[in-house]
Amino acid sequence: MHELSITQSILDISLDKAKAAQAYKINKISLVIGELTGFVSECVQFYFDFLSKDSIADGATLNFKLVAGELRCRKCSTTFNPKDIMWVCPICQSRSVEVIGGRELYIESIEVETNGDKSPTKYSGS
Amino acid sequence: MEIKVLQNILGANEAIAAQNRQLLDEHKIAAINFMSSPGAGKTSLLLQTIKNLKSKVKIGVIEGDVASKLDSDKIKGEGVAVIQISTGSSCSLEAHMISLALKDLPLTDIDLLFIENVGNLICPAEFALGEHKKVVISSVPEGDDKPTKYPLIFTETDVVVINKLDLLPYVDFNLNNFRRALKGVNPKVKIFEVSCKTGEGLRNWYSWLLSEVKAITTR
Repeated sequence: MHELSITQSILDISLDKAKAAQAYKINKISLVIGELTGFVSECVQFYFDFLSKDSIADGATLNFKLVAGELRCRKCSTTFNPKDIMWVCPICQSRSVEVIGGRELYIESIEVETNGDKSPTKYSGS
Repeated sequence: MEIKVLQNILGANEAIAAQNRQLLDEHKIAAINFMSSPGAGKTSLLLQTIKNLKSKVKIGVIEGDVASKLDSDKIKGEGVAVIQISTGSSCSLEAHMISLALKDLPLTDIDLLFIENVGNLICPAEFALGEHKKVVISSVPEGDDKPTKYPLIFTETDVVVINKLDLLPYVDFNLNNFRRALKGVNPKVKIFEVSCKTGEGLRNWYSWLLSEVKAITTR
Protein backbone atom coordinates (compact mmCIF):
# COMPACT_ATOMS: atom_id res chain seq x y z
CA MET A 1 0.00 0.00 0.00
CA HIS A 2 2.88 2.35 0.62
CA GLU A 3 3.69 2.02 -3.08
CA LEU A 4 1.80 5.28 -3.59
CA SER A 5 4.30 7.42 -1.72
CA ILE A 6 7.21 5.42 -3.13
CA THR A 7 5.93 6.03 -6.63
CA GLN A 8 5.58 9.72 -5.94
CA SER A 9 9.25 9.76 -4.87
CA ILE A 10 10.28 7.90 -8.02
CA LEU A 11 8.45 10.47 -10.13
CA ASP A 12 9.84 13.45 -8.17
CA ILE A 13 13.44 12.25 -8.39
CA SER A 14 13.10 11.45 -12.12
CA LEU A 15 11.51 14.79 -12.98
CA ASP A 16 14.23 16.54 -11.04
CA LYS A 17 17.02 14.78 -12.90
CA ALA A 18 15.31 15.27 -16.26
CA LYS A 19 14.89 18.96 -15.58
CA ALA A 20 18.56 19.28 -14.66
CA ALA A 21 19.42 17.69 -18.03
CA GLN A 22 16.94 20.01 -19.79
CA ALA A 23 15.04 17.02 -21.11
CA TYR A 24 11.54 17.40 -22.53
CA LYS A 25 10.55 13.76 -22.24
CA ILE A 26 11.29 10.79 -19.99
CA ASN A 27 11.06 7.50 -21.89
CA LYS A 28 12.23 5.00 -19.35
CA ILE A 29 13.01 4.73 -15.65
CA SER A 30 15.16 1.83 -14.46
CA LEU A 31 14.57 0.79 -10.89
CA VAL A 32 16.39 -1.65 -8.65
CA ILE A 33 14.09 -3.25 -6.10
CA GLY A 34 15.16 -5.84 -3.52
CA GLU A 35 12.70 -8.67 -2.97
CA LEU A 36 12.76 -8.22 0.78
CA THR A 37 11.49 -4.65 0.58
CA GLY A 38 8.03 -5.99 -0.16
CA PHE A 39 7.33 -3.49 -2.91
CA VAL A 40 4.98 -4.78 -5.53
CA SER A 41 6.10 -3.68 -8.97
CA GLU A 42 2.64 -3.98 -10.53
CA CYS A 43 1.41 -1.50 -7.94
CA VAL A 44 4.23 0.91 -8.64
CA GLN A 45 3.44 0.77 -12.37
CA PHE A 46 -0.26 1.36 -11.72
CA TYR A 47 0.34 4.40 -9.52
CA PHE A 48 3.00 5.70 -11.87
CA ASP A 49 0.64 5.77 -14.84
CA PHE A 50 -1.78 7.74 -12.72
CA LEU A 51 0.67 10.16 -11.10
CA SER A 52 2.74 10.89 -14.20
CA LYS A 53 -0.18 12.15 -16.30
CA ASP A 54 0.40 15.67 -17.59
CA SER A 55 4.10 15.48 -16.77
CA ILE A 56 7.02 14.83 -19.12
CA ALA A 57 7.15 11.30 -17.68
CA ASP A 58 3.68 10.44 -18.99
CA GLY A 59 3.92 7.15 -20.89
CA ALA A 60 7.39 6.30 -19.62
CA THR A 61 8.26 2.62 -19.23
CA LEU A 62 9.27 1.43 -15.80
CA ASN A 63 11.96 -1.18 -15.89
CA PHE A 64 12.28 -3.24 -12.71
CA LYS A 65 15.48 -5.05 -11.83
CA LEU A 66 14.56 -7.35 -9.00
CA VAL A 67 17.31 -8.33 -6.59
CA ALA A 68 16.77 -11.64 -4.81
CA GLY A 69 16.75 -11.69 -1.04
CA GLU A 70 20.02 -12.97 0.34
CA LEU A 71 20.49 -14.27 3.86
CA ARG A 72 23.48 -15.55 5.79
CA CYS A 73 23.19 -18.22 8.44
CA ARG A 74 24.78 -17.08 11.70
CA LYS A 75 25.60 -20.66 12.69
CA CYS A 76 27.27 -22.13 9.59
CA SER A 77 27.75 -18.97 7.48
CA THR A 78 25.93 -20.44 4.47
CA THR A 79 24.45 -17.73 2.28
CA PHE A 80 21.16 -18.52 0.60
CA ASN A 81 18.10 -17.04 -1.08
CA PRO A 82 14.99 -17.57 1.02
CA LYS A 83 12.47 -19.54 -1.04
CA ASP A 84 9.43 -18.30 0.83
CA ILE A 85 8.68 -16.38 3.97
CA MET A 86 10.42 -19.00 6.13
CA TRP A 87 13.94 -17.86 6.85
CA VAL A 88 15.60 -21.21 7.52
CA CYS A 89 19.17 -22.19 6.61
CA PRO A 90 18.99 -24.98 3.98
CA ILE A 91 22.17 -26.60 5.33
CA CYS A 92 21.86 -26.61 9.12
CA GLN A 93 18.15 -25.66 9.44
CA SER A 94 19.05 -22.81 11.77
CA ARG A 95 16.67 -19.87 11.92
CA SER A 96 19.37 -17.54 13.11
CA VAL A 97 19.96 -15.57 9.93
CA GLU A 98 20.89 -12.09 8.88
CA VAL A 99 19.90 -10.12 5.83
CA ILE A 100 22.79 -9.38 3.48
CA GLY A 101 20.92 -8.49 0.29
CA GLY A 102 17.50 -7.78 -1.12
CA ARG A 103 16.73 -4.46 0.58
CA GLU A 104 17.78 -2.33 -2.39
CA LEU A 105 15.39 0.37 -3.47
CA TYR A 106 16.81 2.93 -5.84
CA ILE A 107 16.58 4.49 -9.26
CA GLU A 108 19.44 3.28 -11.39
CA SER A 109 18.99 5.49 -14.41
CA ILE A 110 16.49 7.32 -16.56
CA GLU A 111 16.32 7.61 -20.31
CA VAL A 112 15.33 11.03 -21.57
CA GLU A 113 15.03 13.01 -24.76
CA THR A 114 16.69 16.35 -25.00
CA ASN A 115 16.80 18.75 -27.90
CA GLY A 116 20.48 17.98 -28.15
CA ASP A 117 20.10 14.27 -28.85
CA LYS A 118 16.93 14.29 -30.88
CA SER A 119 17.90 16.36 -33.82
CA PRO A 120 20.67 18.75 -34.66
CA THR A 121 18.11 21.33 -35.73
CA LYS A 122 17.22 23.32 -32.70
CA TYR A 123 13.96 25.12 -32.27
CA SER A 124 14.31 28.33 -34.16
CA GLY A 125 12.78 30.34 -31.40
CA SER A 126 9.77 32.57 -31.89
CA MET B 1 20.11 10.02 -23.57
CA GLU B 2 20.63 7.97 -20.45
CA ILE B 3 21.19 9.67 -17.12
CA LYS B 4 22.70 7.72 -14.23
CA VAL B 5 20.69 8.41 -11.11
CA LEU B 6 21.64 5.86 -8.43
CA GLN B 7 19.45 7.59 -5.90
CA ASN B 8 17.72 5.91 -2.98
CA ILE B 9 13.97 6.20 -3.45
CA LEU B 10 13.43 6.54 0.29
CA GLY B 11 16.23 9.12 0.45
CA ALA B 12 13.87 12.05 0.97
CA ASN B 13 12.16 10.26 3.85
CA GLU B 14 15.51 9.41 5.42
CA ALA B 15 16.75 12.99 5.12
CA ILE B 16 13.64 14.31 6.89
CA ALA B 17 13.94 11.56 9.51
CA ALA B 18 17.50 12.74 10.22
CA GLN B 19 16.22 16.31 10.69
CA ASN B 20 13.53 15.07 13.08
CA ARG B 21 16.16 13.18 15.02
CA GLN B 22 18.30 16.26 15.32
CA LEU B 23 15.39 18.33 16.60
CA LEU B 24 14.53 15.64 19.15
CA ASP B 25 18.17 15.46 20.27
CA GLU B 26 18.37 19.22 20.68
CA HIS B 27 15.38 19.07 23.00
CA LYS B 28 16.69 15.95 24.73
CA ILE B 29 13.52 14.02 23.94
CA ALA B 30 13.60 10.21 23.79
CA ALA B 31 11.35 9.17 20.90
CA ILE B 32 9.85 5.70 20.69
CA ASN B 33 8.18 4.36 17.52
CA PHE B 34 5.36 1.97 18.47
CA MET B 35 4.53 -0.55 15.76
CA SER B 36 2.20 -3.55 15.71
CA SER B 37 -0.64 -5.19 13.88
CA PRO B 38 -4.10 -3.74 14.58
CA GLY B 39 -5.39 -4.79 17.98
CA ALA B 40 -2.10 -5.93 19.54
CA GLY B 41 -2.50 -3.33 22.23
CA LYS B 42 -0.44 -0.29 21.24
CA THR B 43 -2.96 2.11 22.72
CA SER B 44 -3.55 0.01 25.85
CA LEU B 45 0.18 -0.19 26.52
CA LEU B 46 0.47 3.53 25.87
CA LEU B 47 -2.37 4.37 28.27
CA GLN B 48 -0.97 2.14 31.02
CA THR B 49 2.49 3.59 30.51
CA ILE B 50 1.23 7.17 30.64
CA LYS B 51 -0.76 6.50 33.83
CA ASN B 52 2.30 5.05 35.52
CA LEU B 53 5.01 7.36 34.28
CA LYS B 54 3.41 10.76 33.89
CA SER B 55 4.37 11.78 37.43
CA LYS B 56 8.02 10.91 36.69
CA VAL B 57 8.57 12.17 33.13
CA LYS B 58 6.90 14.61 30.79
CA ILE B 59 5.21 12.62 28.05
CA GLY B 60 4.06 13.56 24.56
CA VAL B 61 2.26 11.41 22.00
CA ILE B 62 1.98 11.44 18.22
CA GLU B 63 -0.94 9.28 17.27
CA GLY B 64 -1.06 7.92 13.73
CA ASP B 65 -4.36 6.53 12.64
CA VAL B 66 -5.95 5.93 9.30
CA ALA B 67 -9.01 8.01 10.06
CA SER B 68 -10.58 8.06 13.51
CA LYS B 69 -9.67 10.13 16.54
CA LEU B 70 -10.74 7.38 18.97
CA ASP B 71 -7.20 6.73 20.22
CA SER B 72 -6.12 10.33 20.58
CA ASP B 73 -9.31 11.14 22.52
CA LYS B 74 -8.47 8.38 25.01
CA ILE B 75 -4.95 9.72 25.43
CA LYS B 76 -6.07 13.33 25.77
CA GLY B 77 -8.06 12.14 28.75
CA GLU B 78 -4.73 11.47 30.48
CA GLY B 79 -3.73 15.10 30.23
CA VAL B 80 -0.58 14.67 28.12
CA ALA B 81 0.32 16.54 24.92
CA VAL B 82 -1.03 14.61 21.94
CA ILE B 83 -1.10 15.27 18.22
CA GLN B 84 -3.29 13.19 15.96
CA ILE B 85 -2.14 12.46 12.41
CA SER B 86 -4.78 11.07 10.10
CA THR B 87 -2.76 9.17 7.55
CA GLY B 88 -5.69 8.73 5.17
CA SER B 89 -4.77 6.23 2.49
CA SER B 90 -1.22 5.82 3.77
CA CYS B 91 -0.47 2.63 5.65
CA SER B 92 2.46 3.96 7.65
CA LEU B 93 3.61 7.14 9.27
CA GLU B 94 6.34 8.85 7.28
CA ALA B 95 9.05 11.26 8.38
CA HIS B 96 7.42 14.38 6.93
CA MET B 97 4.24 13.74 8.94
CA ILE B 98 6.33 13.59 12.12
CA SER B 99 8.15 16.75 11.14
CA LEU B 100 4.80 18.60 10.93
CA ALA B 101 3.58 17.10 14.20
CA LEU B 102 6.77 18.16 16.00
CA LYS B 103 6.00 21.77 15.08
CA ASP B 104 2.74 21.56 17.02
CA LEU B 105 4.09 19.85 20.14
CA PRO B 106 5.46 21.75 23.15
CA LEU B 107 8.95 20.25 22.72
CA THR B 108 10.53 22.03 25.66
CA ASP B 109 7.95 20.33 27.85
CA ILE B 110 8.49 16.72 26.73
CA ASP B 111 11.06 14.13 27.86
CA LEU B 112 9.51 11.03 26.34
CA LEU B 113 7.68 11.01 23.02
CA PHE B 114 5.64 8.05 21.88
CA ILE B 115 4.87 7.77 18.20
CA GLU B 116 2.03 5.33 17.68
CA ASN B 117 2.33 4.08 14.13
CA VAL B 118 -0.47 2.77 11.93
CA GLY B 119 -1.47 -0.80 12.84
CA ASN B 120 0.43 -2.82 10.24
CA LEU B 121 3.44 -5.17 10.34
CA ILE B 122 4.69 -4.49 6.83
CA CYS B 123 4.86 -0.86 5.77
CA PRO B 124 6.12 0.83 8.97
CA ALA B 125 9.28 -1.29 8.77
CA GLU B 126 10.34 0.71 5.70
CA PHE B 127 10.00 4.26 6.99
CA ALA B 128 12.45 5.83 9.41
CA LEU B 129 10.77 8.60 11.41
CA GLY B 130 13.71 9.95 13.39
CA GLU B 131 12.90 7.87 16.47
CA HIS B 132 15.57 6.68 18.91
CA LYS B 133 14.08 3.25 19.47
CA LYS B 134 11.64 1.04 17.61
CA VAL B 135 9.25 -1.09 19.63
CA VAL B 136 7.04 -3.82 18.17
CA ILE B 137 4.08 -4.96 20.23
CA SER B 138 3.04 -8.50 19.49
CA SER B 139 0.10 -10.08 21.27
CA VAL B 140 -0.49 -13.68 22.27
CA PRO B 141 -3.71 -14.22 20.23
CA GLU B 142 -1.88 -13.28 17.03
CA GLY B 143 0.12 -16.50 17.25
CA ASP B 144 3.78 -17.28 17.84
CA ASP B 145 4.65 -17.35 14.14
CA LYS B 146 4.70 -13.58 13.61
CA PRO B 147 8.51 -13.13 13.64
CA THR B 148 8.69 -15.88 11.01
CA LYS B 149 5.95 -14.39 8.84
CA TYR B 150 7.02 -10.74 9.06
CA PRO B 151 10.78 -11.05 9.54
CA LEU B 152 11.64 -7.58 8.31
CA ILE B 153 9.92 -5.58 11.03
CA PHE B 154 11.27 -7.96 13.69
CA THR B 155 14.76 -7.63 12.22
CA GLU B 156 14.57 -3.84 12.42
CA THR B 157 13.17 -3.38 15.90
CA ASP B 158 15.08 -2.71 19.13
CA VAL B 159 12.41 -4.04 21.46
CA VAL B 160 9.50 -6.47 21.31
CA VAL B 161 6.74 -6.31 23.89
CA ILE B 162 4.70 -9.52 24.03
CA ASN B 163 1.30 -8.38 25.25
CA LYS B 164 -1.84 -10.14 26.54
CA LEU B 165 0.11 -12.73 28.55
CA ASP B 166 -3.09 -13.29 30.57
CA LEU B 167 -4.52 -15.06 27.50
CA LEU B 168 -1.75 -17.68 27.35
CA PRO B 169 -3.90 -20.44 28.92
CA TYR B 170 -6.55 -20.01 26.23
CA VAL B 171 -4.56 -19.91 23.01
CA ASP B 172 -1.90 -21.98 21.28
CA PHE B 173 0.95 -19.57 21.73
CA ASN B 174 4.32 -21.06 22.59
CA LEU B 175 6.53 -18.39 24.18
CA ASN B 176 9.69 -20.38 23.49
CA ASN B 177 8.88 -20.72 19.80
CA PHE B 178 8.25 -17.00 19.58
CA ARG B 179 11.45 -16.10 21.43
CA ARG B 180 13.52 -18.52 19.33
CA ALA B 181 12.16 -17.21 16.02
CA LEU B 182 12.63 -13.62 17.14
CA LYS B 183 16.19 -14.08 18.41
CA GLY B 184 16.95 -15.89 15.16
CA VAL B 185 16.26 -12.85 13.01
CA ASN B 186 17.36 -10.36 15.66
CA PRO B 187 19.81 -11.61 18.32
CA LYS B 188 20.14 -8.20 20.00
CA VAL B 189 16.42 -7.56 20.51
CA LYS B 190 15.12 -6.82 24.02
CA ILE B 191 11.95 -8.69 24.99
CA PHE B 192 9.34 -7.70 27.56
CA GLU B 193 6.50 -10.07 28.39
CA VAL B 194 3.51 -8.20 29.74
CA SER B 195 -0.21 -8.05 30.23
CA CYS B 196 -1.74 -4.60 30.10
CA LYS B 197 -4.85 -6.12 31.65
CA THR B 198 -3.24 -7.55 34.80
CA GLY B 199 -0.16 -5.33 34.89
CA GLU B 200 2.17 -8.35 34.81
CA GLY B 201 5.67 -7.56 33.58
CA LEU B 202 5.06 -3.86 33.09
CA ARG B 203 7.51 -2.77 35.76
CA ASN B 204 10.52 -3.91 33.68
CA TRP B 205 9.11 -2.12 30.66
CA TYR B 206 8.77 1.12 32.64
CA SER B 207 12.34 0.83 33.96
CA TRP B 208 13.62 0.39 30.44
CA LEU B 209 11.75 3.50 29.25
CA LEU B 210 13.09 5.55 32.16
CA SER B 211 16.63 4.40 31.39
CA GLU B 212 16.13 5.52 27.77
CA VAL B 213 14.99 8.95 28.93
CA LYS B 214 17.98 9.16 31.26
CA ALA B 215 20.37 8.16 28.49
CA ILE B 216 19.14 11.02 26.30
CA THR B 217 18.86 13.71 28.95
CA THR B 218 22.31 13.07 30.41
CA ARG B 219 24.01 12.96 27.04
